[in-house]
Amino acid sequence: MESAAVIEILQSAVPGAAYEVGHNVDMPTIYVPAGSLVATCGALRDHPMLQFNVLLEVTAADYLPRDPRFEVVYHLLSVPKRQRLRLKVRVGANGSVPTVQSVWRGAGWPEREVWDMFGIVFDNHGDLRRLLMPEDWEGHPARKDYPVQIRKAAQTYEPLEVSEAEFRANIERDRLKRH
Amino acid sequence: MTVNMGPQHPSTHGVLRLVLELDGEFIQSVMPTIGYLHTGIEKTAEQKKWQQVVPLVERMDYLAAQSNSLAYVLAVEKLLGLTMPKRVDDIRVILAELQRLASHLIWLGTHAMEIGAVSMLFYAVRERELLLNINELIAGFRFFPSYFRVGGLREDLPRGFHEAVNAFLDRFPGKIDEFEGLLTKNDIFRRRTEGVGALTLEDAFQWGLVGPIARACGSDYDVRKYFPYCGYESYDFQIPTATEGDVYARYRVRVAEMRESVKICRQAIQRISPTGAFACDDTRVVPPPKDKVYTEMEALIQHFLIYSQGFTVPAGDAYVPVEGPRGEHGCYIVSDGSNRPWRVKMRAPSFMAIQALPSIVKGGLIADVVAVIGSNDVVMGDCDR
Repeated sequence: MESAAVIEILQSAVPGAAYEVGHNVDMPTIYVPAGSLVATCGALRDHPMLQFNVLLEVTAADYLPRDPRFEVVYHLLSVPKRQRLRLKVRVGANGSVPTVQSVWRGAGWPEREVWDMFGIVFDNHGDLRRLLMPEDWEGHPARKDYPVQIRKAAQTYEPLEVSEAEFRANIERDRLKRH
Repeated sequence: MTVNMGPQHPSTHGVLRLVLELDGEFIQSVMPTIGYLHTGIEKTAEQKKWQQVVPLVERMDYLAAQSNSLAYVLAVEKLLGLTMPKRVDDIRVILAELQRLASHLIWLGTHAMEIGAVSMLFYAVRERELLLNINELIAGFRFFPSYFRVGGLREDLPRGFHEAVNAFLDRFPGKIDEFEGLLTKNDIFRRRTEGVGALTLEDAFQWGLVGPIARACGSDYDVRKYFPYCGYESYDFQIPTATEGDVYARYRVRVAEMRESVKICRQAIQRISPTGAFACDDTRVVPPPKDKVYTEMEALIQHFLIYSQGFTVPAGDAYVPVEGPRGEHGCYIVSDGSNRPWRVKMRAPSFMAIQALPSIVKGGLIADVVAVIGSNDVVMGDCDR
């Protein structure tokens, strides 16, 4: 089943949603607007021709400096139809996405991880706490503007603080290395 | 009563921490805390060249190293549009299956040990030693061989590979019988596992659990059959399933899987010639043979470019799943068209299994928690990444 065929089925189930076919090499990919995500996921799970009964993972990618900056990515699997599907939701720097826990219960932790790593808020999540990072951690490490290594002398008693200038210098040093 | 279990607890398979709310011996609620083994591998991978990521992803699920790297390598090859020679696919299949056996052996040993059959660990680890010896043979490294490379394999098979694998395959089925003789009809083992931690298929799918846990609930979903890769469709093997969904069913499914893996390995080893192609012929990715580097200018330049700048991968994204020992290991990669990944993400089966843990053990006995963790076969390196 191609992306366009899935969109055709979806448009009859979720009227008014603007879907978009995503470029892909491996499986159908659909861009879904954040507003109609939950209704779309419900239709994907329950429509007899789709039956996407497993949410394999939720992740994100940071496309800084592009705007909107983030893409939240959902990988779905339909065991009865032997079909895979990728959903993508574009999110701005301060945007949010609704949680899909009402459709697949297993979305809770992957969404928490995405918040933890990228700082993308999931509305109505109910338990949006740090998952992999310590509870008191500041910042979201998987963001592209999060410095990879900060060179600082070891501090034992004062909390580790990085000035704006040091932060920028670290990013610049990184970028130079990259190319 | 609140009981804190872990992170330093021998039966939590590493550094999983569980906060248990108890009523007598019955579990009211469980709150898992993870992240103690979070090493930021995905972030680190973004700083490396494509080929340099292979050793990194192997260290995620440290008991199934080659299953991780296979998913990563296949994902990059998908974006590059490479197809592998038949021999490379066959070697990858055999190593992936041996990796599954190695991982299942650790699962069997630790799982049985935690619920009382201490000697199982010694028997299982003894067999795993032979598999680690094979890793040492092909790569000089027992745990993380990094033998799979984007574009093929690191080098050709060493002399003695066929003999080592065949010797293992001849020996191992008898050992599975021995393991089963110790456990399958063992009354104590069955009392600790039958009816414990039962899960329905619908719940398993709701929690995103695929792989052996779902197959113990009656699903026949296996990536190798549903979405074949590396030529798995040409092998004759079955997908073992059970319907009870409890700890004992997962035990039976995994043990039967070991027998099927042996079957696949036997077929694969017959197809592999001792020497032959070990990489594809795409000169963008695979360095030229050494004798050409010494004699031809073009080959020398290509060699230098691959080892200094690496190769670039067309912009785009790909998700490639493989059937790992714990379920679906999927690798999602994003490329911006440069010589380094923009994003690498592994789908971690253990992550989903730990998320589902509270709903599986709720209402059960505290001693069952240990049995369920063991039967879910969680690896914290895989979970925290």
